Amino acid sequence: MTFRKYLVLAGITVFATAGDSLLARGMKDLGSFSLHQLSALVLAILNPWVTAGILLLLAFFSCYMSALSWADLTYVLPATSLGYVLVALIAHFGFHEEISATRWLGIALIAVGVGFVAAGPSATPRRQSEHTLDTSPDAVSQEVKS
Amino acid sequence: MRDIYAWAAILLIVLASTTGDVLLSYSMKRVGDVGELWKRRGVLTVIGRVFSTPTFALGLAAMTIAFYSLLFGLSWGNLSLVVPASAALTFVANAVAARIFLHERVGRRRWIATLLVAAGVVLMAV
Repeated sequence: MTFRKYLVLAGITVFATAGDSLLARGMKDLGSFSLHQLSALVLAILNPWVTAGILLLLAFFSCYMSALSWADLTYVLPATSLGYVLVALIAHFGFHEEISATRWLGIALIAVGVGFVAAGPSATPRRQSEHTLDTSPDAVSQEVKS
Repeated sequence: MRDIYAWAAILLIVLASTTGDVLLSYSMKRVGDVGELWKRRGVLTVIGRVFSTPTFALGLAAMTIAFYSLLFGLSWGNLSLVVPASAALTFVANAVAARIFLHERVGRRRWIATLLVAAGVVLMAV
C-alpha cells in the first residue's frame, strides 16, 4: 500500500460522509416529497446544499471505483467504514450531542475493525492470465508480500 | 405487519447492494489499476474503459435498485431499524459473496474485521 492509496481510502470515507450530510441538510430545506411532485425532485438539484452533496458523492464514487481496481472488496468495505465514527465524533465535538455508552462501544468496535483489516493484505494475488489489460500482473502480488 | 414490509425492504437492499458491489468490484478488477492506467494513457482512457465494461452498467443498475429500496424501506420502517440492519447485513453478505464469486481470500483477519464493523454499526444505532 502506497501513501496515494491510503489517500484514496480516506477520500472514500470523507467524501461519502460529507456528501450524505450535505444532501440531508439540503433535503431538510425542501421538506417532504410526494410521488406526484416529480418535478420538485428534479428541481431539488438547484438547492446549493444538494448540488454540493451530489458533487461530493461523485467524488466518493470515483475514489470507490479506483480503490476497487486495486484492492479486494472485503478490504475496501471495512477499511472505509470509519465514516460512521466520523459522523458521531462531529456530532459530539462539533454540535455537542450526547453519545451514549453503547454508541461509544460501537465506535470502538468499528475503529478496531478498521485497524484490523487495514493492517492486513489489500488484495488477493491473482493468476497472470486474469490480468489481460494494461496493469503489470506483479504489481498486486508484490504489494501483498510487502 | 409494517415490520414484515420493513424486513422485506431490508432483504431487498442487502441483495441489491451486494450484487452491485460484487459486479462493480469485478468490473474494476477487469479494468485494472486505475492509477497506473491514468499515468500511462490519461484519464479519458480510464473513463472510456470503465464505461465500456458491461458488468459496470449492471452494477450501477443494482445500486440504483438498492437506493430506491432504501427509500421505500424508510417510508415503511423506522430509520433506526432499516439503516443499521441493512448496513450490517450488507457487510456480512458482501464478505460471503466476495469469497464465492470474486474468489477473494477472506481470511480470519477480514472475517473478524467485518463482524466487528457490522456489530459496531448495530450498536451505534441502538
